[in-house]
Amino acid sequence: MADLTADTGSTADRLAEARRQTEGAARHRRWQLLAPALITIGIFGLFPLTITLLYSFLSPGTYGGITWEFSTNAYVQFLFERDIFDDTLQFSSTYLSIYGRSIGLAFGATVGALIIGFPTAYFIASKPLEQRNLWLFLITVPFWVNLLVRTYAILLIIRDEGMINLSLMGLGITDKPIGMLYTDYAVFAGLIYSYLPFMVLPLYASMEKLDFRLVEAAYDLYASRFQVLRHVIIPMAKPGIVAGCILVFIPGLGAYITPELLGGGKELMIGNLIALQFSGSRNWPFGSAAALILMVVVMVSLIVYVRYSGKEGNGHG
Amino acid sequence: MVDPRNTQAPTTVASSDPVARKRRSKMKDLRKQPGFDTMAWICLFFLYGPIVMLVVFSFNDNRSVVIWTEFSLRWYVAAFENDGIRKATLVSLQVATVSTILATTFATMAALATTRVRPFKGQTLAYAVINQPLMVPEIVTAVATLAFFGIIKQIFNINGIGFLMLAHTVFCIPFAYMPIRARLEDMNLTLEQAAADLYATPVQVFRKVTMPLMAPGIVAGGMLAFVVSLDDVIITLLVAGPGETTLPVYILGQIRRGITPEINAVSTVLLGLSVVLVSIFFLIGNKKRA
Amino acid sequence: MTKTTHSMAATLAAAVAFAGPAWAEGELNIYNWGNYTNPKLIEKFEAKFDIEVNLDGYDSNEIMLAKVREGNTGYDIVVPSDSTVAIMIEQGLLAEVKPNEMENFKNMDPKWVDVYWDAGRNYSVPWQWGTTAFTVDTEVYGGDIDTLALLFDTPDELKGRINMLSDMGEVINAALRYKGYDRCNSNNEELRDITEMLIEAKEDWRTMDYATIEKLTSGDVDLSQTWNGAAMRAREQRPSLVYAYPVEGFTGWMDNAAVLAEAPNMENAKLFLNFIMIPENAALISDFAKYANGITGSEEFMSEDLKTAPEIVMPASAPAPDFVKPCPQEVTDMYNRIWTKLKQ
Repeated sequence: MADLTADTGSTADRLAEARRQTEGAARHRRWQLLAPALITIGIFGLFPLTITLLYSFLSPGTYGGITWEFSTNAYVQFLFERDIFDDTLQFSSTYLSIYGRSIGLAFGATVGALIIGFPTAYFIASKPLEQRNLWLFLITVPFWVNLLVRTYAILLIIRDEGMINLSLMGLGITDKPIGMLYTDYAVFAGLIYSYLPFMVLPLYASMEKLDFRLVEAAYDLYASRFQVLRHVIIPMAKPGIVAGCILVFIPGLGAYITPELLGGGKELMIGNLIALQFSGSRNWPFGSAAALILMVVVMVSLIVYVRYSGKEGNGHG
Repeated sequence: MVDPRNTQAPTTVASSDPVARKRRSKMKDLRKQPGFDTMAWICLFFLYGPIVMLVVFSFNDNRSVVIWTEFSLRWYVAAFENDGIRKATLVSLQVATVSTILATTFATMAALATTRVRPFKGQTLAYAVINQPLMVPEIVTAVATLAFFGIIKQIFNINGIGFLMLAHTVFCIPFAYMPIRARLEDMNLTLEQAAADLYATPVQVFRKVTMPLMAPGIVAGGMLAFVVSLDDVIITLLVAGPGETTLPVYILGQIRRGITPEINAVSTVLLGLSVVLVSIFFLIGNKKRA
Repeated sequence: MTKTTHSMAATLAAAVAFAGPAWAEGELNIYNWGNYTNPKLIEKFEAKFDIEVNLDGYDSNEIMLAKVREGNTGYDIVVPSDSTVAIMIEQGLLAEVKPNEMENFKNMDPKWVDVYWDAGRNYSVPWQWGTTAFTVDTEVYGGDIDTLALLFDTPDELKGRINMLSDMGEVINAALRYKGYDRCNSNNEELRDITEMLIEAKEDWRTMDYATIEKLTSGDVDLSQTWNGAAMRAREQRPSLVYAYPVEGFTGWMDNAAVLAEAPNMENAKLFLNFIMIPENAALISDFAKYANGITGSEEFMSEDLKTAPEIVMPASAPAPDFVKPCPQEVTDMYNRIWTKLKQ
């Protein structure tokens, strides 16, 4: 209880003290709230990773596992190959090309998902309020079907004796099947199909708050549709775009079952490469190193994305 | 074409003035961007094509997915009688439910603690930890987790499906976190401050203002977590123990032999169930709002 | 709910979730290849011994080995291939349950007793054995099929219509056989040679996948490297397929049931090993998976088509199947490099 007869100096002091206390309580509460998530992920997500880091600096054990011998061979192996005859190191682009391909594929899938997902999210967000939930519902329903089954359904549609080809040939439009399966395009389609909701939902979440009066105000100021898109809609949807891109690109980098099913298995993705090290190749240190290198790629992309979103700022606060 | 310079700011009161009505309908058109509608419909078509095919052919009498013979429920019967499918579905649902509940709860708490607050010490670290499962390729998480659990199991001599549920919870948390946080970010504090001004206690503010406003975000987060858990293959493949085969792991095994129509039947049933569940959710939500 | 109720509920849930097989009397946990165990066999075993059987599947030796190495899997029985059995015995992962002292051991075909991976059979019992070569649609290609040239020097009709197994061992061994080089090869010249050959030949392959039956029956490919039993199943749906016995040689393998050293239900596992050495039961396994087994006397219980199938009964002119031992680590390392280069 404030003592009204006290002089202003100590009231100010008491105010400051009270503020410190509430801040302290707030901070305490905040970390309490964060605790379950942080502890769970810390123990079961992060700690196993330190094991991976540790393993990457050890030597492979016979028939799998590791031996407790320090070695940087795993990282050296990534860029260089030891020539068998004269034991010199020669630059080898094998792993780089595998990484390059995976990155390219993930990037392509992200762009594709953005091109398809942005108009779709906008479409839903521009519908009257009562209808939006229905549309959202319609968009998410397909994802309640298991991913493998959906991927397999795509395969069944585009394969040589699949729905599309049989219909085309049946209608007489073509007389030989069009080879769609086991191409890069099939993999793109599969990846986009898998990750589309991760693009649409965040986009929608930020577009939903879009105030269309701003759009109309822009039109009042003689803006063309394209200008409205560029200067009003996209900036306001930016958090959604960034979130969506992250949620597609990063899993896309590690994806390997979908590319394997739809791509034919003739080429390794990063995910295949790592899996291989822990099974057939029996080189756990290299697998760990490859995984960590992948995470570096991921972190660099994250920094790029976040910086891109930070530049324009959250202007609509 | 209406001269834009003549346009007044739009009113929210509906007027029967024909000129105003024309202006309003033109304005609604102004929401549209060229090509967006077409793209949205293409997207829907692309999404539903395989699903529709799946559902339709799960009622097909023969195995093929391109030749229709006659309507039949035999695959549903077969799926029900198939021990492997039944057990796998049950395990999947079990694990997904528990992981979703845990993950969404933790994620909500974390979102509340990290959004709409002034930057605090350790903030970037907290973000990094929460999002960490997203930054690691599944195969790495799978093997690291396998090794780690192996050690725990040996030291404490415990086993059980709890391990799998824990592993799922870990990667579900960031998926639940993102939509909740997005939703929270867009809610400014004025409503809650207004409630506090009206002498509501912090608990009341939370229950009656914050939670209902957050609800769509929580639901979206929960749904996302559930789907992600149901679909997980790689981590489950390595971490699951005896009797813990989930549906995707089972399906992956089947795919090598050519997917059986029973699986289409199961997927259709799961789909139907989820549609019903989510519809109920939405209906309740809409009723509350009204 | 109060805080105490909360924590009680949490503890209870945790106890249930982590209780695991605490009440595991009368249980057996089998970890076998997917779709490789006859449900009738399991039912028969369950009925006879009043034991509940849990069956889980894997589709590569490697995944199974990785899991077992980590320990505490809860499985009793695994079914590794020959080379993997050798590795597991060396690593101390299998229990020495001595099938050679079991009651039904007398039924084991003598030629499968002193095998390189388990001489005298102290650890394992034959499950199925077979060969790995390839099968081809004779309506698409009419020439001589008993040669690996179809894979590495592909005739025009088959270009772009081939599936290879996504298995480092099988692909590299086939290449080594085609060129007449040794298995477990450490000669750098020869390895360089087959690497180039493989990279060139890959242009004519369409896919590299384990799902061989599906690829063949769906019309995606007309030739696939595959196992003999799978070839037989594929032929049921595409009768023009013929399994080839290349003159250059082909792989022989045997999958064996064995007991894990850490098996929680050791006695039940031993009962199971003894059980599958009975001719009738071995026949059940063969009928389902469509491969030969290693138990004499089982033929009279097997179905006709198995007894006469060209995939099971090798023609006299075919070379003996080549059982490949596990290679030393340096060789495996080089094979890894070749495989990665091939698939980059």
